[in-house]
Amino acid sequence: MSEPLVLGIETSCDETGIGIVRGRTLLSNTIASSMDEHARYGGVVPEVAARAHLEALQPAIDAALAEAGVRLDDLDAVAVTSGPGLAGALMVGVGAAKGLAVSIDKPLYAVNHLVGHIAADILTADSAPLEYPTIALLVSGGHTSLLHVRDLTTDVELLGETMDDAAGEAFDKVARLLSLPYPGGPEIDRAAADGDPDAIRFPRGLSRASDLAKHRYDFSFSGLKTAVARWVERCEADGVEVPVADVAASFREAVVDVLVTKALAACADLGVPRLLLGGGVIANRRLREVALRRAAEAGVTVRIPPLSLCTDNGAMIAALAAELISSGRRPSTLAFGADSTLPVTEIQIAEAVPA
Amino acid sequence: MHGYPGDVILAVDTSLGTAVALIDADGARRAEAAAVDPLGHAEVIGDLLVEALADAGPGEVTHVVAGMGPGPFTGLRIGIAAARAFALGRDIPVVPVPSHLAAALTALETETQPFAIVTDARRREVAITVFDGLDADGIPHVVAETVLVRAADADAHLEGVRRVDVATLSAVDLARVGARALAAGRVLTGDEPLYMRHPDVTVPGAPKKVGS
Ligand SMILES: [Zn+2]
Repeated sequence: MSEPLVLGIETSCDETGIGIVRGRTLLSNTIASSMDEHARYGGVVPEVAARAHLEALQPAIDAALAEAGVRLDDLDAVAVTSGPGLAGALMVGVGAAKGLAVSIDKPLYAVNHLVGHIAADILTADSAPLEYPTIALLVSGGHTSLLHVRDLTTDVELLGETMDDAAGEAFDKVARLLSLPYPGGPEIDRAAADGDPDAIRFPRGLSRASDLAKHRYDFSFSGLKTAVARWVERCEADGVEVPVADVAASFREAVVDVLVTKALAACADLGVPRLLLGGGVIANRRLREVALRRAAEAGVTVRIPPLSLCTDNGAMIAALAAELISSGRRPSTLAFGADSTLPVTEIQIAEAVPA
Repeated sequence: MHGYPGDVILAVDTSLGTAVALIDADGARRAEAAAVDPLGHAEVIGDLLVEALADAGPGEVTHVVAGMGPGPFTGLRIGIAAARAFALGRDIPVVPVPSHLAAALTALETETQPFAIVTDARRREVAITVFDGLDADGIPHVVAETVLVRAADADAHLEGVRRVDVATLSAVDLARVGARALAAGRVLTGDEPLYMRHPDVTVPGAPKKVGS
């Protein structure tokens, strides 16, 4: 089976993603987001997300099949995100994937969400194939992870991750401090457009020499968020209008700086001149600009999949399963659950042992 | 309902443990598979479906009956998601049925007076539905709609109505209730799970002071 036709189900956060791929060819990337329902709460509410997944799954599968022009009978396999992510949200996808796979009697592949973000890159038909090894920086509202990818289907290592908030969460929280709506990423971006990124020197988390010894590739954004809060409070206490543009630009610069610095440090340390970016926060233009400029200076090639494949989606899950199938991996058994803290080293979950 | 020989109805419920069953269109039990664990629905649902379908023997599944709760949300949704996806895979309809109706049909094998089905609703609350016999369509007759009551207040609430505490559910009886609803052309509940509670969230106020 050289070009397996796979339907992928992704429900780890607030996007219900259904993707259909044939090998490395994208046929549908259907996404139903519950983001609007979370807006009034200022962040993703797990129970709201899980309820929305249950409502969205069936219409999203129908829409994906129609767009791809395939029937369920045509599928070679079903794939699903087993973790990491929000447990209750993941379980809706796992339940649906099992029901579907049993119903149509097709193999099921349970896969890792973070590795799925890397797999998104192989669906970009017009660029040269992903070269290994590569460093991958995955930044979203749910995760901030730095990975060393030696092989997509067999060898992914976690170099570091956030110790507290995900970068996307920091954007949401700082947006609230500045009375900007949710989601914070695009709002901060807009507010920062006329701001001076060097106006305020906000702290770079885990970047001091003493931190770097233990947390060279780890991230922390809660101190930065607190620093912004203090700054805003001081303005208010002094009766000074908060310079929103400068605060937004300086905050964003601090996040971008620490993300890019650590990613390029990993490239240099490990002698890997390739960096792959993924996750919804990659939509942030400043992050892409700074990453591209500083990577070029360091002689590192940067790959950025299209944004529709950077945010959480089912196509990347299908793509990862298609690669697993093409490399001869057996399907997962049906006896797996959702694992909210699934380590990145577990690329496929519950692979069946040969009979 | 088709009703020709070989037609079977599949029922799935994860409002308590995980329960899967298949019955003939006339209500005869074909197969049943269950796990009593009130957690772990996601882990077991696939194998239980395979097991029950294999035991049921030949026949075409024409409908999937989904137990819609009440029950702890996270577990409840897994069965509904699996039921809907199974139905989608076979291009057959889903028949949503309140889970307490299945428990009531089971209880009616022995109960002759009005009785209350009582299930754990977490947070020191129970879900209570009061029934009295079967209606003309053979469906347990609800005399008091499902409510959430503090567990400690349940007996006072029931005012002497016999309580039937239920920790596991018969998917066979869930399928039977679904079959009877189909035969009577009745819709017993909507597509929304019987959550009984709003999501636990509050709209944020002003950011907390961090001090300087
Ligand atoms: Zn993600």
